[in-house]
Amino acid sequence: MQAGTTTTENLIELSDNAFVVFSAIKVLLVFSVVMVVVALLTLMERKVSAWMQDRLGPNRVGPGGLGQPLADGIKNILKEETNPAEANRVFFTLAPMLSIIPALVTFAVIPWAAPLPTPWGVVPMMVADLPIGILFLLAFSSLGVFGIVMAGWASSNKYALLGGLRAGAQMISYEIALGLSLMSVFFLVGNVGLDEIVWTQQRMNMWFALPLAVSFFFFWISSFAETNRLPFDLPEAESELVTGYHTEYSAMKFSMFFIAEYAHVLTVSALMATLFLGGWDIPGVGRDDMLGFVDGVWVGERPAVWITLLTFGAFALKTLLFILIFMLVRWTVPRFRYDQVMDLGWKILLPAALVAVMVTAATVLALDSFGVEMDRLYYGFVPLYGLVLTVVNVAMLVIVLWVMDRGQTLAGSGSLDEKRRVAQERARRRAEAMRVHLTTPRAGAR
Amino acid sequence: MAANVVVMKRPVRKSSYIRASLKGMALTFRHMRQSAGDRSEVTIQYPEQKKQLSPRWRGTHVMETHEDGRPKCVACGLCPTICPANCIKLVPGEDDQGNRYPIVYEIDEFRCIFCGMCQEVCPVEAIHVGTHYENAEYTRNEFVYDLDRLMKQRHPSTLLWDPADPAGE
Repeated sequence: MQAGTTTTENLIELSDNAFVVFSAIKVLLVFSVVMVVVALLTLMERKVSAWMQDRLGPNRVGPGGLGQPLADGIKNILKEETNPAEANRVFFTLAPMLSIIPALVTFAVIPWAAPLPTPWGVVPMMVADLPIGILFLLAFSSLGVFGIVMAGWASSNKYALLGGLRAGAQMISYEIALGLSLMSVFFLVGNVGLDEIVWTQQRMNMWFALPLAVSFFFFWISSFAETNRLPFDLPEAESELVTGYHTEYSAMKFSMFFIAEYAHVLTVSALMATLFLGGWDIPGVGRDDMLGFVDGVWVGERPAVWITLLTFGAFALKTLLFILIFMLVRWTVPRFRYDQVMDLGWKILLPAALVAVMVTAATVLALDSFGVEMDRLYYGFVPLYGLVLTVVNVAMLVIVLWVMDRGQTLAGSGSLDEKRRVAQERARRRAEAMRVHLTTPRAGAR
Repeated sequence: MAANVVVMKRPVRKSSYIRASLKGMALTFRHMRQSAGDRSEVTIQYPEQKKQLSPRWRGTHVMETHEDGRPKCVACGLCPTICPANCIKLVPGEDDQGNRYPIVYEIDEFRCIFCGMCQEVCPVEAIHVGTHYENAEYTRNEFVYDLDRLMKQRHPSTLLWDPADPAGE
């Protein structure tokens, strides 16, 4: 906020050579950290689910079961690979790769800490500072479903095929709500770079979770559907489809689907933290507000190593929070029925997201035309811009929840004929109740 | 087409998905908080922790021995007679002093139903059912315990039998 109050003149941009070196280091670092975290997530999921069910979870390999992911990995590598005779070998082999690569690549554009000052220049703490940022992310995260559909088709197994089809349908339905909920973020920020999104939240003195509550909620629901996790795990619905699209997979190929799922969880959690919880922003501290070089001029506070470390801690905490909620939901909520998933996606999320985008856009337009400044604290502490948006969005969220709660979407639904019959019955009964019964004789009849 | 489906009309507070989900999540979270860090008291860590056996527990047999290592069994033949599963094989023998002893005494632990009648009927308190239950062998034949093996069993005999009151009076 107070750009220019600290000395920023001796900060230099990375030279081309240093950029290459640091990029290589960051790629290696991020890849290994993501893989390790994914391995630990599998352990965490088992532990958390065990605790929720009053069990202990894996605790035999290493202290507290910490060696379990390693043991699982070794087991999966050493296991026999089975290839079904009827399967299409090329696509059967390609599918796990196609599902794991997008899951890992998407992490490239997420900034995980404040820029790090080094003697060779200031290093932005994201692998690829792409100007298209989140568009890249959307493109790649929806590529993940190709792997699943391909796995379902190439297995030539009816359950796998059904799982793949469900994954495709689900992805299409929820991608729309996902994209629409991002719209409000885009026009509030005016950019699609994720570092810009973090910077805007810092300038606004408010994380987008409140001013864009509806978008946050929709993005959250959609991300559950995108990661194929409960309550949206229809592609691998164990009780209906054996294990869905990876029924025929074993050993490391199965493991790759597994890794891809957790990598998706990690990416989506990090993305939600970035988009709606201020990314690596530490709440209530202005010292970490910085963007980076814009046309050779440093924007924001002066970077420091300890700020980078602290902001990374904040980012990790926020991501962990979302991961925990992912797990909490998975082990609490039962799976939706297929028609409920479609109803929720097309009848609630899509129209509601459209309306929410329009209302939020109108609010932003009104705020801008009344001259309310986004990054100004009125009376020293009132972020008016954010507060107005919060009021509007919370009101919308309440309405959405109220409509969802009416039993329209998630209650039992019969066939269309049955619904029609019930509606007719209700109309008939209403007409019956409104009819004036002429049982008493008229006054003049006597 | 389901012609006679009755659509229940439930109040929103009962059928609300969101409220039910939140309630469920609160429940799972509470359980997680209670047993986080492996503090769950429900699970028994089996090889290290063992469940306390019931005082009526009857497990693998034990043959009592004299101080000089001879079995206490006098080969009276009561246990094979009373055994409802017919799992005890006894061939009696007699030495020079006229003492009866078992030449062959085998119990098939697979056929045994662990009723404990052999222990009850034994006049010299020689055969007992024990407190041991972890039997694992590579072949079925190895579950036929012979006399030597029955005498080598070191686990305490069942709590049903009180050594201070051997006849159960």
